[in-house]
Amino acid sequence: MSVNIEPSGHKSLATGSPAASPAGLGQPSLAEAGAGGTVAGGGVAAAFAGRRRWEFMHFALRNKKLMIGAGIEAVFVFVAIFGPLIAPYGVTKTFPPGLHPSLHHLFGTNAPFGQDVFSQALTGVRDSYMVGALGAVFAGVVGLAVGFAAGWRGGWLDELLQLLTNVVITLPQLVLMIVLSAYQTNRSTLFEGVFIGVTGWPWVARAVRAQTFTLKARDFVDLAKLSGRRASSIVVKDIAPNMASYIFLVFVLLFASSMLVAVNFDFLGLGPSNSYSIGDMMNYASQWSALQLGVWWWFIPPGAAMTLMVVALYITNVGLDEVFNPKLRQQ
Amino acid sequence: MSVRVEDLKIYYTTLRGEVKAVDGVTFSIGDGEIMGLAGESGCGKSTLGNGLVFLEGRMRHAGGHVQLDGQPLPIGDSRAMEAFRLRQVSIIPQYAMSALNPTRKIGRMTADLLKSRGVDYRKVLEEFKRRVRLVGLPEDVLDRYPFELSGGMRQRATMVISTLLNPSLLIGDEVTSALDVSTQRAVGEMLMEFRDRGYVKSTVVITHDLSILAQIADSILVMYAGKLAEKAGTATIVNNPLHPYTQQLLASLPEVGLRYDEAPLLGIPGRPPSLLDPPKGCRFRERCPFAFDKCVEEPPFVELRPGHEVACWKALQEAQVPGGPMVAQEAAR
Amino acid sequence: MKKVVTYLVAFFVATTVDWGIPHLMPGNPVEIYLSRFNISSNTQYVALQKTISESFGVNVPLWQQYLDFWKGVLHWNFGISFYETAPVTHIIAQAIPYTLALLVPAILLSYFLGNRIGAMAARRKVLDNVVLPIGYVFQAAPYAWLALLLAYVFAVRLRWFPPSLGSNPGIAVGWSWSFILSALHHWVLPFLSVFLVSFGGWSIGMRNLVIYELETDYARYLRSLGASQRLVRRYAYRNAVLPQLSGLALALGVVVGGNIVTEVVFQYPGLGHLIFLAITNEDYFLLQGIFMFIIIGVLLANFVIDIAYVVIDPRTRLSMTGATA
Repeated sequence: MSVNIEPSGHKSLATGSPAASPAGLGQPSLAEAGAGGTVAGGGVAAAFAGRRRWEFMHFALRNKKLMIGAGIEAVFVFVAIFGPLIAPYGVTKTFPPGLHPSLHHLFGTNAPFGQDVFSQALTGVRDSYMVGALGAVFAGVVGLAVGFAAGWRGGWLDELLQLLTNVVITLPQLVLMIVLSAYQTNRSTLFEGVFIGVTGWPWVARAVRAQTFTLKARDFVDLAKLSGRRASSIVVKDIAPNMASYIFLVFVLLFASSMLVAVNFDFLGLGPSNSYSIGDMMNYASQWSALQLGVWWWFIPPGAAMTLMVVALYITNVGLDEVFNPKLRQQ
Repeated sequence: MSVRVEDLKIYYTTLRGEVKAVDGVTFSIGDGEIMGLAGESGCGKSTLGNGLVFLEGRMRHAGGHVQLDGQPLPIGDSRAMEAFRLRQVSIIPQYAMSALNPTRKIGRMTADLLKSRGVDYRKVLEEFKRRVRLVGLPEDVLDRYPFELSGGMRQRATMVISTLLNPSLLIGDEVTSALDVSTQRAVGEMLMEFRDRGYVKSTVVITHDLSILAQIADSILVMYAGKLAEKAGTATIVNNPLHPYTQQLLASLPEVGLRYDEAPLLGIPGRPPSLLDPPKGCRFRERCPFAFDKCVEEPPFVELRPGHEVACWKALQEAQVPGGPMVAQEAAR
Repeated sequence: MKKVVTYLVAFFVATTVDWGIPHLMPGNPVEIYLSRFNISSNTQYVALQKTISESFGVNVPLWQQYLDFWKGVLHWNFGISFYETAPVTHIIAQAIPYTLALLVPAILLSYFLGNRIGAMAARRKVLDNVVLPIGYVFQAAPYAWLALLLAYVFAVRLRWFPPSLGSNPGIAVGWSWSFILSALHHWVLPFLSVFLVSFGGWSIGMRNLVIYELETDYARYLRSLGASQRLVRRYAYRNAVLPQLSGLALALGVVVGGNIVTEVVFQYPGLGHLIFLAITNEDYFLLQGIFMFIIIGVLLANFVIDIAYVVIDPRTRLSMTGATA
């Protein structure tokens, strides 16, 4: 299945386009994903689907990478949901500024405000996750829709959608963000997430288009066509399930890349106005000279948490890839 | 006998245990013989064929021997096998249409391959071109990239490359599966031509399509669930099959000469057993209309008549009963 | 041909959006500019407003402004920066050497090393167990964080390198040894932070691509014909590099925009930092000029990839001539 992390990824902030068709994402090996066991035989479809689900769980529970990645992610999700509740102090509550990390203040307090960094980080995880999820959902939905439509219908619609994709790829994400943020001085988390999604879909569309093309050429689609079914029902009932695992992997990667893009926006002060994300923390730390003053606990732990969140997503992705793709299992 | 396979076992390692895809098979192939290897998908025929050339990561040589031209063939030792590949054993893979590196011209790729095998490409170039023409391709395919050719052309190019060094044993894995009827016939004729010209000595044609074997094979070996079911000359298999499985395979053919797909095979009720933990006794028992109490024991694969081997208690019993069907068949001739 | 149309459309759309920046921004650029000065007399203000409007070219109808902008683009003239009161092109020209010196080596080096090491990791389990986690951590680290971390450890704590700026402000910019040494000294940390993140991306990408290529049909076929491991790997590497190459071209195209976050953390005087300054100072003409650079850079890079692909990857030649691969 080989869904790769795009090589340029969040590097391309200046133009924003996480554009380079992520290496390998378009290359299909779905043929293998459906192969299931070695002795498939014929068999009733329902029984087969059931067996496949069982098999998925079987391999998923034995995949170390998946278990570790998903485990770390689960902890962060817990923090994202309950973070503000388990935070020892309020985000704005003040203490003596610049306290070193201690049992009372796990990550110390910042300077010159004297707020508890640990409490802020717990809250920040939630905002970063929200943006990541929103960005992934929007980029995923738009990318899937455009990719499906282009790959399935082909012809002029394909040409048109490809043109659109290429134009969006070359449009600088940051330009738009700056223009919009000047207008929208009161930005919400929703705004940032949707923006990242709406500008981040092209590579998904490209990959999905290629996948749809290869799937379309396969026998079962011909069979469905012969039986006189409507195109939309074939896409929904035959193609989509075959791509389900692939789509899942795409979402995991989009989630990670959206969070990284958001950190960059937030760091430059282009983020939501009323939030307190990990990127915002680093922004404030940098603005208030935490570096020069040696208040390292203001920016190192939150950044490390963010890195861990993204790494865990990547590892989950590799693990899932191995589970979905039997070829990779034995490595 | 140029190929002799004795009690060969090839297992797949999976996380759930070992799949006994080839579980003790014994047969031989003569010089100049084209042997068909038939059976449903998942019966182990592809594993057997591929295993004779290249055991992939998850496959394990679990027992038995293979002899080629009187020499042992070390199929379990991939390193040692390298020297044999292409020169003595070769394969036209199932994926022949996508077997060529998309970013190399066909001639260049062949040259790279031969060079890595220590063969001077210039010395075989003339022969290469002659064979390319023989399979009906223009000589200039050597200067073309694979994607510039049609699927059928790519397959023929692959056939030529695989047999370029005149191997003793050639495995053709589902070479006719993805083709239409007339192309199938053409590919079958090419395999016969290769044999007639001495490009290959023994050929194994793996397929689930008995009708193509009826046209090109000298003998047919039927496999079921990792075991041999029946082996005999093509005419015997087609006209007087003894194993109930072979009979059902033939019955599920609409008509010899027409191609059938996997689907009609569902005409045989039931499914092959799991090879993770194969049942004791005859493996076809569950699906066999003639099964009787003897079948809980494993039937031996024995030569009931000269050149006709079968693993079935019923056939064995009838052969021993005077006036049984064997005699009746004899009389009918 | 289709490609050319795509590029023209993209260029047109992007340039129009770029033109729209100062117009879309809330507030009148002339007012913003004048608010910087303390002008008491009303007549003076009106007079100034008129001159400024003229010099900004905003005293004519909108369509005329739009055409004028295109003229400016063609003549490489983007007006005057509010903040620095100097021609935009001049300011940009000063920043470009820093950005190029920072990003081009970082990207090229990370590309070559990343590809090598990624390909090696793809075939050696032991190495893979080291490269994979390290690569993921580098790739996952936000630029800002890695930059802050490096600055804290190597500049604030160890004091090996200066924490900010492009060179020692006490040394005049020019071709003197002292300046070059100082610039190099300031260059190391920003370079490292860009290099490490890019390296993570390239090596992981290459690893996955090579693994994928080693599983393809042609690789299996070669192996079953006894081809040497060397040949199989060579083919896999060659084919895996193709998608990486398009990533490289894009990364280089983006270079023109600088790496904003890294340059901001280190106050490195490249284009990225300039963009940041332009945003914070609401210097929209400067911003407009920089974005024009970026647009051209990205489009050129994409164009180069397309051309390069036709040369390197034979498969694309066919689709260019209209047949289906």
